[in-house]
Amino acid sequence: MSTSVESATTITDDGAATRTAAMQQAATLPVRRRGRRSYAWLVPTLYIIFLMVPIYWLLNMSFKTTGEVLGQFTLWPHNFTLENYRTIFTDPTWYRGYINSLLYVTINTLLSLGAALPAAYAFSRYRFLGDKHFFFWLLTNRMAPPAIFVLPFVQLYSSVELFDTHLAVALAHCLFNIPLAVWILEGFMSGVPKEIDETAYIDGYSFPHFFVKIFMPLIATGIGVAAFFCFMFSWVELLLAKNLTSTGARPIASIMTRTASISGYEVSLLAAAAVLTLIPGAVVIYFVRNYIARGFALGRV
Amino acid sequence: MARIALENVAHSYQPAPQGPADFAVKELDHVWEDGSAYALLGPSGCGKTTLLNIISGLLVPSRGTVRFDGVDVTETIPERRNIAQVFQFPVVYDTMTVYDNLAFPLRNRGVAAAETDSRVREIARMLELDDRLQHRARRLTADAKQKISLGRALVRSDVAAILFDEPLTVIDPHLKWLLRSKLKQLHHQFDFTMIYVTHDQTEALTFADRVVVMYEGEVVQIGTPEELFERPIHTFVGYFIGSPGMNVAPAAVAGNKAVVAGHEIELDRAYPTLDGAANVEIGVRPEYVEICRGEDGLPVSVRRVDDIGRLKLVKVDLGGHLFNIVAGEDTEIAATQARIRFDRRRVHVYADGHIVEGRAA
Amino acid sequence: MDKTWNNKAWFLVVPVIVLVAFNAIIPLMTVVNYSVQESFGGGVFFFEGTKWFQQILTSERFHAALLRQFAFTGTILLIEIPLGVAIALAMPRRGPWVSVCLVLMALPLLVPWHVVGAIWNIFALPEIGLLGRALNGLGFDYNFTRQVGSAWFTLILMDVWHWTSLVVLLAYAGLMAIPEPYYQAARIDGASQWAVFRHIQLPKMNRVLTIAVLLRFMDSFIIYTEPFVLTGGGPGNATTLLSIDLVKMALGQFDVGPAAAMSIIYFLIVLAISWVFYTLMMRNEDRW
Repeated sequence: MSTSVESATTITDDGAATRTAAMQQAATLPVRRRGRRSYAWLVPTLYIIFLMVPIYWLLNMSFKTTGEVLGQFTLWPHNFTLENYRTIFTDPTWYRGYINSLLYVTINTLLSLGAALPAAYAFSRYRFLGDKHFFFWLLTNRMAPPAIFVLPFVQLYSSVELFDTHLAVALAHCLFNIPLAVWILEGFMSGVPKEIDETAYIDGYSFPHFFVKIFMPLIATGIGVAAFFCFMFSWVELLLAKNLTSTGARPIASIMTRTASISGYEVSLLAAAAVLTLIPGAVVIYFVRNYIARGFALGRV
Repeated sequence: MARIALENVAHSYQPAPQGPADFAVKELDHVWEDGSAYALLGPSGCGKTTLLNIISGLLVPSRGTVRFDGVDVTETIPERRNIAQVFQFPVVYDTMTVYDNLAFPLRNRGVAAAETDSRVREIARMLELDDRLQHRARRLTADAKQKISLGRALVRSDVAAILFDEPLTVIDPHLKWLLRSKLKQLHHQFDFTMIYVTHDQTEALTFADRVVVMYEGEVVQIGTPEELFERPIHTFVGYFIGSPGMNVAPAAVAGNKAVVAGHEIELDRAYPTLDGAANVEIGVRPEYVEICRGEDGLPVSVRRVDDIGRLKLVKVDLGGHLFNIVAGEDTEIAATQARIRFDRRRVHVYADGHIVEGRAA
Repeated sequence: MDKTWNNKAWFLVVPVIVLVAFNAIIPLMTVVNYSVQESFGGGVFFFEGTKWFQQILTSERFHAALLRQFAFTGTILLIEIPLGVAIALAMPRRGPWVSVCLVLMALPLLVPWHVVGAIWNIFALPEIGLLGRALNGLGFDYNFTRQVGSAWFTLILMDVWHWTSLVVLLAYAGLMAIPEPYYQAARIDGASQWAVFRHIQLPKMNRVLTIAVLLRFMDSFIIYTEPFVLTGGGPGNATTLLSIDLVKMALGQFDVGPAAAMSIIYFLIVLAISWVFYTLMMRNEDRW
């Protein structure tokens, strides 16, 4: 916080002569500020530096040639090159990888929200047989070790002939995204007074009409926040996405690991590929930056 | 006990205020006398709470000096000011019992355990909280929580002034009345200076020895409830106090005559020419307008008559200007046309909102 | 809010049940089925009863993996929760820096998990990584691919890097929801900073912190991708956490039966501990 003393500059005339005179006199007096110096900002600053250093190193690597990576240790690229990125962008499988990832993430977000909205409404408005246990059951789906459940998942989706489709990944991700979406939406819905529902029913709205026309706009922020979380968890998950696809719907990140393993120890290419996977996340965060704090409160605290 | 003086105090929430509009509280000079009860009245956003926070020390004003008994405390932290404050929403420490809540301010100040105990029990008894001293505070009702907030203010024997920031807003109406009388009784008993922020004029007028009316960051009038009613020095005060508020109509004033929409009204006093003012108005309270018989008075058309128990509320139109009239229940009112007369001693003249002093004619 | 008792509300939950049950129940049944059979390849299975369960529960390999898992989860909870709360407390409450902080802090959360492993691999390699070079330059003998201590240090640092922000954001959201008068009243009452934390901030953060602990517990207990990419469980079995052990068993040795039995035991452990958290959380909340 600044401790500098400064004075206000211009005063516009507001008509009342005496008052303006007093204001002008006051304006020449120093404006007082609370002066205690605080070093609290150091803590988040150091933390952010800690977060950024590995990412900087990744960027640094991605602009180096393989020769520079292996030959010498440099803190910034001495032989700056875009070659790694060029390699990636000239390989058509990369484009498809991006589109595949974004496709199944989008389908998953829509599916999760579509199913979670009515369920969250039920939890926020009614008590019913087994509601408490049902909610816990939903949560348990985040607890199953995905490493072993991959095998039955592959069998299951093969048997319904969805293997290697975007829909398969999108459906599989519903497992952990729907519980989360229900949880978030329920929080936001509980903040909407029940009287609104009752008034709408008295005014002759049917349930679907009321829900879409009146209720959903009221919890628009909540829907946005839930969509963000669904996007986030579907985007970062790879184990299921990778194993449920072979060629047709292969996610970007999966192509990346394959590239890395095929081309052996090409660290700089791997780094460039990793940098590219950070971009969609960064873009999404930028758009929701003003809702992050609210979103993490899950609508209420 | 303390006499609180504000000297040229002004506050802006902006770091570099550019003009009067940037100030939440504009240039203010006022002394709060020891032991009095003040009400700080005004619409939302007029700077009441800012002013209160400057007195309690939660805010350091951008300009000016705050003195308690002559000592400059402008930058003294709240804890050292011997001030207590009760907020609009009850603030209780959830994890503590009622007892610990009440003892908290004393323990923080290092008061001896025995004295703390006796003070807490005394205050709890007065606020009728003594039967649940060991209950957790979080499960209590809103009014019980607000009593705890109040208790934390009263428990300190050294407290010079207690500031109330609309403390009864969240309380049920019937409990509001109870808490209000409790507060009044406590004030008489302990004789602390009391500053009570409210936007509810009934609350302000029944509570306070003196009412301070604020409007857009300025104090527009300070006076007893009677003064505010009889002689509002600003049209805003006339309008804000009273129900319905004062009738205000543009007029041409010359000498002891005012002309409203072509009708001449006689005034009690003579006024200088008011050519300098952009906007000249007369103001008269609905209680001081009378419906009269015969050919005297000003012709008006009756727009609406509401029967409100022992009184009638009449809305009339005088050449395009609407006037409210409070009339006795047995006043006869013609359906369409009537005549009205102003009580000439109670008609005030305002130039650009501020009252103009007349000479005795 | 008082809710009406209405069993018809189940109809609104039907889409969720269909979608989740399809994904949860059928694979779970399959895993249970594996866990009681022996496979000799070619789709031939023999019923083995509880043999795998007995074998797993008494195997030293499982005990070691479980111990490593608890050590890992315990350590990261002990670091991430207090650190996250401390950072949230020190963050600005308003002004232009809030968005900057939030965006930068949320970034690691949106990095695909195996990329997290890749980033830390590149960052920590002793020859070409900044961290590896720096630590060796400072005189530490650091090589996470060969030394147990270094491997654990890197693994924990990576998890702290990846997930502390989740705790920060939850705690920060909790702090922002505390109305200003609480702080003002505390100042008037002369409360110390510690008292403000103890009696206002901590009780008000109770709910979000329970969520944070619950999520961090669940996710760290089933962590797989990041350590797999970083260390592959090595050196030796030093960082072979439960999930990694499971996959080694199922895919590396084709011991599907024991692996399935192990994942069920493992699932039950997470379930039991989470149930305790969940019940505590709901009891505090007066909602249900």
